Amino acid sequence: MSTQEIAAETQVEMITVMIDGFEVTVPKGTLVIRAAEKLGIQIPRFCDHPLLDPVGACRQCLVEIEINGRKFPKPQASCTIPVEPGMIVNTQLTSPVADKAQQGIMELLLINHPLDCPVCDKGGECPLQNQAMSNGREESRFEGYKRTFEKPINISSQVLLDRERCILCARCTRFSEQIAGDPFITLNERGALQQVGIYEKDPFESYFSGNTVQICPVGALTGASYRFRARPFDLVSTPSACEHCASGCDMRTDVRRGKTLRRLAGDDAQVNEEWNCDKGRWAFKYVTQKDRITTPLVRGEDGELHEASWPEALHAAATGLEANRAAVLVGGRATLEDAYGYSKFARIALRTNDIDFRARLTSDEERNFLASHVVGTNVHYKDLDRADHVVLLGFEAEEESPIVFLRLYKQVRKRAMKVTAVAPFASRGNKKLNAELIATAAGNEASAIGKISGLTSKSVILIGERLSESTGAISAAVALSQSSGAKLAWIPRRAGERGALEAGAIGNLLPGGRPVTETAARVDLQAAWGVEGLPSSVGRDTEAILKDLHDGNIEALLIGGVDPLDISAHHHDGLKKAFVVSLEIRHSAITEIANVVLPVAAVVEKSGTFVNWEGRPRSFETAIEESLTRSDVRILSMLADEMGTPINLPTVTAAREEFNSLGNWEARSSFTPVSPTSVSASGNQALLSSWRLLLDAGSLQDGENNLAGTVHPSVAVISENRANSLGVKNGDLITVSTSHGSITLPCEINAIEENSVWIPRNSVDSKVIATLGVASGPVSVVKA
Amino acid sequence: MSDFHLEPKRSDAIEKAAQSAVPVTGTEPASFVKQLKGFWVTFRTMFKKPNTIEYPEVKPEVQPRFHGRHQLNRYEDGLEKCIGCELCAWACPADAIYVEGENNSEENRMSPGERHAKVYQINYLRCIFCGLCIEACPTRALTMTNEYEIADDKREKLIWEKEDLLAPLRNGMLMPPHPMYPGSDHHNYYRGEIKEAHPSQDVNK
Repeated sequence: MSTQEIAAETQVEMITVMIDGFEVTVPKGTLVIRAAEKLGIQIPRFCDHPLLDPVGACRQCLVEIEINGRKFPKPQASCTIPVEPGMIVNTQLTSPVADKAQQGIMELLLINHPLDCPVCDKGGECPLQNQAMSNGREESRFEGYKRTFEKPINISSQVLLDRERCILCARCTRFSEQIAGDPFITLNERGALQQVGIYEKDPFESYFSGNTVQICPVGALTGASYRFRARPFDLVSTPSACEHCASGCDMRTDVRRGKTLRRLAGDDAQVNEEWNCDKGRWAFKYVTQKDRITTPLVRGEDGELHEASWPEALHAAATGLEANRAAVLVGGRATLEDAYGYSKFARIALRTNDIDFRARLTSDEERNFLASHVVGTNVHYKDLDRADHVVLLGFEAEEESPIVFLRLYKQVRKRAMKVTAVAPFASRGNKKLNAELIATAAGNEASAIGKISGLTSKSVILIGERLSESTGAISAAVALSQSSGAKLAWIPRRAGERGALEAGAIGNLLPGGRPVTETAARVDLQAAWGVEGLPSSVGRDTEAILKDLHDGNIEALLIGGVDPLDISAHHHDGLKKAFVVSLEIRHSAITEIANVVLPVAAVVEKSGTFVNWEGRPRSFETAIEESLTRSDVRILSMLADEMGTPINLPTVTAAREEFNSLGNWEARSSFTPVSPTSVSASGNQALLSSWRLLLDAGSLQDGENNLAGTVHPSVAVISENRANSLGVKNGDLITVSTSHGSITLPCEINAIEENSVWIPRNSVDSKVIATLGVASGPVSVVKA
Repeated sequence: MSDFHLEPKRSDAIEKAAQSAVPVTGTEPASFVKQLKGFWVTFRTMFKKPNTIEYPEVKPEVQPRFHGRHQLNRYEDGLEKCIGCELCAWACPADAIYVEGENNSEENRMSPGERHAKVYQINYLRCIFCGLCIEACPTRALTMTNEYEIADDKREKLIWEKEDLLAPLRNGMLMPPHPMYPGSDHHNYYRGEIKEAHPSQDVNK
């Protein structure tokens, strides 16, 4: 919220002050440095950051201040002093005293700052360089030796620290403590030897460490993967949106000669403020991996994939899809426009509603909930800022939507907002949120949700995608929302899921939330599309599609960016039998069985829109213009033409315009609650629970070794009683197994719900669905 | 608007030249004396030193500060002076220089300190030989030689790579990558204290 918005909402007193002879009126509590900014007066600063608490560490922003005719005896730091009535401020522009003081501070800061700008990554975009030019002396009077340290030191595998460049502004340490809640770095020593350091025992394993690199006003903190790669004038910057999760961060992509060199957090006060997570910042090398598909591939008579021309591949794909009953799996990473393309293609070219964007475990309960409570709705970050109580159901904020976590943490820190989590144990993120834990085994969430009380209409219930894995839990959450008036929001993990829902890439909805079973909605869409007889029965969901491929009820599949092992370890022979057309950027398990593979553009190579969990469109433009690849929607349009059933979406812009012109269908289908079931385990058995960690074995993180270095180690969490009965200590290996397979991990004894065992869902050494074949339910736990 | 002229005004100099021009008169041959006077110039010039230089057989000497093609210099032990800072590329008004930096590692040390140029290209189709790049260079890695024969028959050949620009190894120099002089760090190099390679640096042998 901007200061004006806050003032308007809370009726804050306004104060008028005089800065450099100009009057400015600002809300009470505004800092002098910000009031000057309103006038366009730039006071030099290093430690000051609008989103961090004032600290007055660098002293660069000294100004002369006079209140009611009484002058401060010395210049004051304008970043720590709030405005007062009758205040007269003279900055370096009008006060020789302030100007001289600033020059003196700059001289002191530069005494120990090395003159290695040519080597330093910050050179060219460095606040110290710039402000030394604008507010410093022209000549140095320092003749001694500068202090040196051994350089650089790794404070994590992806963040490097050059201590001699540090000017001790404490931005990084304040960020870690105040914004991320990970106080892993701090200022050590005193005097000239003061330096940023890490604790010996706790590595700097914060998911937000990249932000410290971005806010460092000198080149003291640098990212290992961008180190020495480029200069700002090399780079072409494009505003973009993050493709990694549903938080919807505003980003900036910097490209040189057709290659992404770095990504930075953009500045969007409504969404990510100025922050992002390390995955969004550093995981972009998957685009340039060697296994990138560059030409269409068609499986020949010999059973091998061969490179083919576009007309040849489109013909092969069209023939196969026409001849067989086909279904569509979209995957959660498609943009709104691409998802709309899949949705329209399924309805017009394939004449089916058998389409699902949920490349994960799903339930009909969830699908009905999405149609009745999610599509077309808006709950905003602002509602989290104002909430009196936030409930997390099947949702680990820090791991599954890190910017939501930052927003929650901000309110928890500022006003001790109440957070309640239904989870098997208090994860690190939930501990930081001071969340009240309702310890629940996976599968029994419904009864735990029934125990939550004290919600008001200002409360927010956040439902993660994993809640659908527990029968009746979503119904219980809906009931809780209805009885208390609390807002309900659904936060999927992948960036494209909400957009795909809006685009109707699901069996029970057409684009714009039109129910497939409602005649009026179909007629409306038929008129807009200029077609007749859209399919009217509810389509199959992801699991049903896979099962019917196996049973032979469906013989062809159009699949975009889906790893079948995310969904299920069974039914894979069904995929082998079917005619599979895959739209992919890189070789995967699907390309091995696909009959036709069509290469598509990665996010940086196309324009599009992601819809974040709020329902807010996040449009982005093409960052790499040189690319020859095309967006999914363009390829689907060509394929539909080849099949003789055109969908007329030749460009991303055309798809966006057509989708926007359709508008939303106001009437919502009703939600039928599902009665809960409960699960239990005994003896050697435990109830498995798991979620994905932010940094794991996800394919979009491939190729970035520095990022992989800060992945949290995989552990199996068990309760103390279970550890005693198994006879294991912290760190001993235990094996979690089902009839399908087993995973062995070191154990961590934690206050977890007695019947539960927790392991990460998709880490390198713990691929739950692929190995165990299930994601929840009873598993055997034994000492390895 | 009264002093607006449609026709350009003839300058005084042109006016003067027109007046002093010798009018062409008569078509009869010049007198013998006049001819002798003319041939005397030719005869006298036969005994003067000719101004023509037989280029390319004879290469003229240029002034020591002539802006010729660039050179990437080395320290006395053979390590490269270039740190890949791109200041030359930044200074270049013709956008003729392209640099990509890279980390030095112990196995792959091309220059003292932390950083070296992985890619260094000068596009001589664009270079205007202004010399701003060598002024910008913080380590005196980039200088200009007196060499001016850069013309070539293919455009691609006029993009010079790092290996084309690097100074040749002189006596006492070793071909990088190799470690820094034992017991020294980058500061010793920058102060010019390294005079020749040490035998222990010769790891390529």
